Amino acid sequence: MIRFRVNGRAAEVAESGARLLDVLRLELGLCGTKEGCGEGECGACSVLIGERVVNSCLVPVSQVDGCEVTTIEGLASPALARAFVEEGGAQCGICTPGMMCAAEALLRACPRPTIDQVRAALAGNLCRCTGYTKIFAAVLRAAGERAAGEQAAGERAAP
Amino acid sequence: MMAPAVHRPRALDAALALLADAPPQLRIIAGGTDIMVMLHAGITRASALVDLWQLDELRGIALEDGGRTLTLGALTTYTDLIESPLVQAHLPVAAECARTIGAVQIQNRGTVGGNLANASPAADFVPILSALDAEIELASARAGRRRVSIHDFFVGYRKTCLMPDELLTRVRVPLPAPGERLHYRKVGTRRAQAISKVVLVAAIAGPTLRAAAGSVAATVVRLRGTEAACAAARGRPTASDLRAALERDITPIDDVRSTAQYRRRVTGNILCRLLLEQGATRV
Amino acid sequence: MASVGRRVARVDGWDKVTGAARYVDDLTIAGCWFGATVRSTVPHGRLRGLHREPTFDWDRIVLVTAADIPGDNVIALIEDDQPALAKTEIHHVAEPVALIAAPTPELARAAACAVQLDVEPLPAVLSLFDATRVFREYEITKGDVAAARAHADLIVEGESTTGAQEQLYIEPQGMIAQPRPGGGITVLGSMQCPFYVHRALMRVLGLPSEKVAVIQTVTGGGFGGKEEYPSMLAAHAALLSRKAGRPVKMVYDRQEDIAATTKRHPSRVRHSTAVRRDGTLLAMDIDIALDGGAYCTLSPVVLSRGTIHAAGAYACPNVRVRSRVLMTHTPPHGAFRGFGAPQTLFAVEMQVERVARALGIDPVDLRRRWLLREGDTTATGQPVVAGAAAEVLERALAQYRSKSSPPPPPPRRRGVGVSLYLHGAGFTGSGEDKLKGRAAVRVAEDGGFEVLAASTEIGQGTRTIFAQLAADALGVPYQQIRVVEPDTSCVPDSGPTVASRTCMVVGRVVEEAARELRAQLLRWGESARVTAPDLSALAHERARRAGPLAVEKVYAPPPGIHWDDAAFSGDAYPVYAWGANVAEVDVDPDTGEVEVTRLVAAADAGRVVHPVLAEGQIEGGAVQALGWALTEEVKYQDGRVLNDRLATYIIPTSADVPVLETVLVEQPFAHGPAGGAKGIGELPMDGPGPAIVAAVAQATGVLLPELPLLPEKILAALEARGEREEAGR
Repeated sequence: MIRFRVNGRAAEVAESGARLLDVLRLELGLCGTKEGCGEGECGACSVLIGERVVNSCLVPVSQVDGCEVTTIEGLASPALARAFVEEGGAQCGICTPGMMCAAEALLRACPRPTIDQVRAALAGNLCRCTGYTKIFAAVLRAAGERAAGEQAAGERAAP
Repeated sequence: MMAPAVHRPRALDAALALLADAPPQLRIIAGGTDIMVMLHAGITRASALVDLWQLDELRGIALEDGGRTLTLGALTTYTDLIESPLVQAHLPVAAECARTIGAVQIQNRGTVGGNLANASPAADFVPILSALDAEIELASARAGRRRVSIHDFFVGYRKTCLMPDELLTRVRVPLPAPGERLHYRKVGTRRAQAISKVVLVAAIAGPTLRAAAGSVAATVVRLRGTEAACAAARGRPTASDLRAALERDITPIDDVRSTAQYRRRVTGNILCRLLLEQGATRV
Repeated sequence: MASVGRRVARVDGWDKVTGAARYVDDLTIAGCWFGATVRSTVPHGRLRGLHREPTFDWDRIVLVTAADIPGDNVIALIEDDQPALAKTEIHHVAEPVALIAAPTPELARAAACAVQLDVEPLPAVLSLFDATRVFREYEITKGDVAAARAHADLIVEGESTTGAQEQLYIEPQGMIAQPRPGGGITVLGSMQCPFYVHRALMRVLGLPSEKVAVIQTVTGGGFGGKEEYPSMLAAHAALLSRKAGRPVKMVYDRQEDIAATTKRHPSRVRHSTAVRRDGTLLAMDIDIALDGGAYCTLSPVVLSRGTIHAAGAYACPNVRVRSRVLMTHTPPHGAFRGFGAPQTLFAVEMQVERVARALGIDPVDLRRRWLLREGDTTATGQPVVAGAAAEVLERALAQYRSKSSPPPPPPRRRGVGVSLYLHGAGFTGSGEDKLKGRAAVRVAEDGGFEVLAASTEIGQGTRTIFAQLAADALGVPYQQIRVVEPDTSCVPDSGPTVASRTCMVVGRVVEEAARELRAQLLRWGESARVTAPDLSALAHERARRAGPLAVEKVYAPPPGIHWDDAAFSGDAYPVYAWGANVAEVDVDPDTGEVEVTRLVAAADAGRVVHPVLAEGQIEGGAVQALGWALTEEVKYQDGRVLNDRLATYIIPTSADVPVLETVLVEQPFAHGPAGGAKGIGELPMDGPGPAIVAAVAQATGVLLPELPLLPEKILAALEARGEREEAGR
């Protein structure tokens, strides 16, 4: 058996070379993760394994044994979600879950990215609606808000 | 597509034992960025996979031979290369190359060993290994360990000298000589998530050139004739001599990404440009 | 507070950023089987038979062929030439011949592979150059071209070509069909035009209207690609479902989607332009050929839009446009954002560049000289009203000049190019008049306000702008409006979600219905002597006491609009939206690679209903156009798409595009909603292509009037000119 955690909850599935994508969607009912190409080009199936973003269509479920997997359903970043809605980062929405997972991985590793870092970090996630500019704006705004939030939290915590 | 069964050996010896009495259609998987695509598309079939991902023995980046050789475990990912202080200090071109492979998702899973074992002529990391005369370490239960020169590793289009019971375990990269400068240039179909139309690596030390290219022949090729032309001209060949030699070193084809003609011209153009920028040609 | 013009949160936003939105492939239906398609592998042939692999277990499979079709074997659109399943003759590679349903997708695919087609190959026409069969042709005549040419100082000639383009919505085509008790069928899936699907299903199944229901699920992009093809897929799913007696889901994988579905029409356009030395434009003679592919589909309408836009944003007293769309044995070309206009606008913009070079006039100055001003007439004789050509051009240039870019690192060469264009909003000619799009606004049973329309949300923001327009017309907060999901059994036929018509045409109907509903509600309140603090409270009272109240309206074209189908002249569109681009590129002379370093778009939206959504349309269209300009080549070999994967069909990534600079210009259209909104969905697709090619021309000195302009072509042109001499010389 493969035992791992998805969005903080324990999951247990048969050991196989099944795609993590199929396990998430078909076995665990987490349909927020999308399939756009099945060959690791579009990034619609992006999820986090630990802190790293991966294409779940390219990961056999055997490789997440003991890992923490985070999908769009468990991303829990209100600042990022709000920024995507309000800045126009989501149009048709099909790339959005993967895009936000890639953005989350970036912001965890690099809380105040430059525009070029954002462009590079999202280059594995194809979007056909937005032309990317509003996605960049959403990620930069979320970064700013998260940093401000942390600063405020830090100030509150200070004696 | 029925998902294949998976063996997850916990140690290298166990993996080699599995391969020793390999049933047919047993396939090895590392980061999965290539084989998962082929399995899903039905291009490759596998009754079972040998999943190496947990074999930490195959991870790690280290300096050996008194600091003259950088060793990369077969499971070293491109992200590992990008983040490694050793790579940054001693072979920054490897990190530069890694950033051009796929995008973050691929860099997080794709491995150096997979890039080699796949034997794609478009493998972006391999020309670095070729230009630096890297050695590949192989292991099997039958024959133990052996080392193969990168120049003997590929035996044809998508073919390597790996025996069915063998695993690629490590890559040994002799570091460039002091004063030898490495240049990497990828010309892809776009600026990320791109497969190369041409990829070129040139190591230049005074009059000496070591160069290799991808996507211009059935395998990644070392540009021996071009190097010789450079040496014969004491490091200052004319552009036309350089191009003539290069023409003999490479055998590009038309495919879905580009044309033979384009590949030939671009390989010459970017090599001439590099040498010119280094003051090493008379072009 | 009015919601029009504000950045209200999009209605469907939260579901999309939390993963809650359910697309067709996310839906699970008990007992559902899965469909697969058996397709032809030759471009042209006689279908002699179909053989089932005897070793395969066919007992658990449902197989459908043309013989199983209860109604007419056609996908009803303009002509009835395209069968749902080929019966006797194959006309293109990947043409559907038989269908399979099975309990699992794997089994369905395996069964499809176990069907062999017996086809006798026939000679195939595979390129526009060899094509002879004409699907449709048009001619526009304005003034006297021959006479004008006789007085010209100079005649400039040139040809431009563009290739096919894949829409590449990230959600592939998908459909679920479910039998209904009593012999009806419900189909739900990813689509732009529920009533197109509805009509096609009635024909192919031989069912009356009320027995067919079509429901749009959340749709992951369309761009025209889900205008006509979903009728085909819905027909297939429905045929399987009826034979299997259970729900059947069909979702294409990416390869099947690229290989089989429609693409943008390839084009070849020739211009011959008569001018005086001083730059005066005397006459344009334009010849257009489009490659329609194997079946007619929407080609006549695509050609008509292309023909009308062929003279571009310029005032020319004498114009002749002759156009035709021809049949080839490739998968049918169809709707794609811009619908023929991007092809002919590319050609006319290339021609402006040529004439400017021939006369030694700056191409921007030539555009300033030629552009259509208020009261000038277009090629079809339509006087320009609410024109904005000069304004978008100057605003785009001003934005470009407002910043300076660092010089390109050597050996790269910098170039800047400009384009100017117009795009007719709404259906062409008498289209809207014939269509009579309808929409309704009602007080629902629970007292809430609802918008009912068949216009689909495909990412562009339909639901949000309808809610805004209805809210403002009712005078209630935007959050109080629900936009009902398009279901043909309960929404009126608003017409298809195409042609930049959703906001301007259907939005206008929604607005009028909402205004009328408000009036009726207030009248009811007065007569029933109900006092309520606000309209929402009044609506709840109304629902409680007297039940729902609905107002349905029909689109009425603006007064004074005249179009002559026979002469192909008159008011081709209710109004035009205007656009201009400035593209800055760096070209690497060693590789021919082009990097777009800046892309400015000025777009006239009439009145901006939602700034974020409007900019989103302009930016998204610009990047699709950038892809078409530089990388998106559909490669065919013997009629088969060679690059049917995302690794080989190359669309732009975030690393390939600059931060776009968008300037919204407002030149209100008197008959648009919200005080003058125009349709802008397609406009942004028109201009970046020619601007980028002009920029490359400035950087390299070579004008290469073809899309996509691949590095291979640029390098070859530089070398042919001896321009790329040895490095550094």
